[in-house]
Amino acid sequence: MFGYYLDLALRSLKRTPVLTALMVLAIGLGIGASMTMLTVLHVMTEDPLPGHSAHLYTPHLDPLPINFKSDPLGINPNQNLTWPDAMALLHAHRGVEQAAMAGGSVLVWPQRTDLQPFYVDGHYTTHAFFTMFGVAFVEGSGWAATDDRASAHVVVLAEVLARKLFGTADAVGKTVRLGELDYRVVGVTKDWAPKPLFYADASAKFYSDADQFFLPLSDVLNSKRLDGDLRISGNISGWSTSNGDDLRDPSTTWVQFWVKLDSPEQAAAYQQFLVDYSAEQKSLGRYQRPPTNAKLYSLMGWLRHENLVPDDVKLQMWLALGFLGVAMLNIVALLLAKFLRRSGEISVRRAMGACKRDIFVQFGIESALIGVAGGFLGLGIAQLGLWSIRRRPDDYAHLATMDPSLLIGTVALAVVASVLAGLLPAWRACRVPPALQLKTQ
Amino acid sequence: MEIRPILSTLRRHKLTAILLTLQVALTCAIVCNVAFMVANRVRQVSLPSGLDESELSVIHSTGIGQDAEKNPWAQHEVDLAALRAIPGVESVVAVSYALPLNRNEWSSGTCPSKQALDRAMQIMSMHGTGCIDSSIYNGSPGLIATLGLNLVAGRDFLPDEYVLGHKTPPVAIVTRALAQRLYPGQNALGKEMYAGDGIVRVVGIVDTLLRPNLHGLGSNYDSMIWPQKPDTPGSDYVMRSAPRDRGQILQAAKAALLKVNPSRIINPKYIQTYAQVRAQYFQRDTTMIGLLIASALGLLFVTALGITGLANFWVGQRTRSIGIRRAIGATRADILRYFQTENFLIVTGGVVLGVLLAIGLNLLLMKHYELPRLPLWYLPVGAIVLWLLGQLAVLAPALRASKVPPVVATRSV
Repeated sequence: MFGYYLDLALRSLKRTPVLTALMVLAIGLGIGASMTMLTVLHVMTEDPLPGHSAHLYTPHLDPLPINFKSDPLGINPNQNLTWPDAMALLHAHRGVEQAAMAGGSVLVWPQRTDLQPFYVDGHYTTHAFFTMFGVAFVEGSGWAATDDRASAHVVVLAEVLARKLFGTADAVGKTVRLGELDYRVVGVTKDWAPKPLFYADASAKFYSDADQFFLPLSDVLNSKRLDGDLRISGNISGWSTSNGDDLRDPSTTWVQFWVKLDSPEQAAAYQQFLVDYSAEQKSLGRYQRPPTNAKLYSLMGWLRHENLVPDDVKLQMWLALGFLGVAMLNIVALLLAKFLRRSGEISVRRAMGACKRDIFVQFGIESALIGVAGGFLGLGIAQLGLWSIRRRPDDYAHLATMDPSLLIGTVALAVVASVLAGLLPAWRACRVPPALQLKTQ
Repeated sequence: MEIRPILSTLRRHKLTAILLTLQVALTCAIVCNVAFMVANRVRQVSLPSGLDESELSVIHSTGIGQDAEKNPWAQHEVDLAALRAIPGVESVVAVSYALPLNRNEWSSGTCPSKQALDRAMQIMSMHGTGCIDSSIYNGSPGLIATLGLNLVAGRDFLPDEYVLGHKTPPVAIVTRALAQRLYPGQNALGKEMYAGDGIVRVVGIVDTLLRPNLHGLGSNYDSMIWPQKPDTPGSDYVMRSAPRDRGQILQAAKAALLKVNPSRIINPKYIQTYAQVRAQYFQRDTTMIGLLIASALGLLFVTALGITGLANFWVGQRTRSIGIRRAIGATRADILRYFQTENFLIVTGGVVLGVLLAIGLNLLLMKHYELPRLPLWYLPVGAIVLWLLGQLAVLAPALRASKVPPVVATRSV
């Protein structure tokens, strides 16, 4: 039966080529626009670390004075931790693993004479960073816990930087000059670029540069803030009046902190630990706000909290969906007119024994056929749209590509949309009474 | 033109007519709001900075190595002399890092009086105290003239007023907007502001000077200039030249700076004409403007397709009745007008509904995307656009209908 209906549908579509083309074009444009934006949204809300993300959490404390009013447009200082708080959480060791970190850039002096000195971006962190996030190494490993305390001059490089400096990824044991000091390479990581870079500071570009180096966090304290050789590129906010350059200041926030917790019970216990810690700090007179302001975010929860998807992208998404809606209305109207015009034909078929269901299926297949054609056209339009987005310099733009599931999803959406659009007309068509129409001819 | 027969035909195609009306209504609502968003963004993108942007180019250099920290200003002086010697460069200044629309902002709470400062200190907030967060620009002597700022009152800085590096200077030049916000209804010249860690006297007022970042309406022009010579290894050099020389001057500047002292980093990303600085700042907005226009046109196009498609279809369906009407005396113009009127009725229904939807959509957008209220004149303009679109879309099918010969009436379908 299916083959027969398909044949009927093809004949019917061929009979009105202009109308068919219009419908395919309309659904193609609607699908193309919506899939372009859905793809962008999809890549922006993806899990950055599948397999690990469920166990990762980030604690947030609220050391701000009680009457502190934050700038609604700026970054809230309690987004990050102060150095004393980060060290307290680190040394309390309440999670399975934990690491403190801050983004930064360093000046690299290559030994190769054909390279000029250049700045690279990376992170200052503590030793558990690598095992906690599951960073894969080409060679070597992260540094030891003792290196954190000793501010040993050790560095972990990303493969891309190791190749650039030494021409090979085989760099462990070699020395690289960062700023004014020499550092010993202890490990080379495979390309490591979670999208978004969830552990970065809120002012960072989440979708662009990958980390090219990792240095022990304690090293940055020995360097001058901002102007020194080891720079912190994130947001440094303070609220004390003695606005010194000291990163150890208990009223200056700049550190990010992540912890690995294996079960919901551990997470609940850690949340309680944060509240207890805040209460303790409050009784010591350091904190002024309620201890229950302390929060533990899961990785995906933190990304939602940070709201990384720009309003513009959301607006484009709604616009594209509105577009699809109008295109669908368009098709409903055209199909309705088209199907009802064939009332005579329907009457004859009904009189000859076709039941309502047959008529319904026949027209449903015709709508689906339009959907398939529109879906492929939409796929082409969406690829064109994504190509034009990738050419834009926005930091998320280069991610805008379709994976196989989205490719199939595009065609499926087109078919579903057009079958939905065909539902009402097909239902109206199958209600045409048998033979009655014949009399009017 | 008799409307009743048209209405009775439409009644027979009730569902189709309603669907088309709905489509027109949705299109009207979306296009009105999209047009408004485009207008808002265009206004944003073309905000004047107060600079002679077409004549300016910027190059950023950072000194590296142990010597870079020793006496950065001395190096800047040498650099400035080298840049000034490039043929085509009319003038050049060094600024620490902040320039309009370059996103490198240094801002400070600025209070009009000691009382306001005390009040702000007391409540640890500037809110409601008369103090204002304003952006601070600095640079080597000649900044006002090189940038092309319009000094409307007071004077430029005197040579002995310049301080070295990040110290608070004794005097400042403020924008007219900041002057009015700090000292409403008064002459700001000579007033003493509390900013940074000292008292700064206003000696001049410039007409317009946009901030490095836009902060929203009402505060985009809260900026002032301090007579500070940059004293860190990194600095932006702003060069003024004829517009056509900019590209070649930037390349010459890079070569000249590296010749004077090769231990520096000049990132190719920060060798820019001012037009590029502006384009980079508004890059997202220009993308959005393009996308909005494209989707509005796409929507209008799809709606026109729908109208044409349906009209075409109806013409085909009614060929026989058109023939009969022609046979009993209707002129071609009558037939043409029939379809045009029918379209007008449908689009009118859509527009009426669409105007209501447009207002509703705007309320929704105001709530979620902080969009301002849609000015009412957008609605009649949107209605006229859709009426014209409808008439245009129906023209071809209607003309085809008017060409149906009366003899069709005698043939069986």
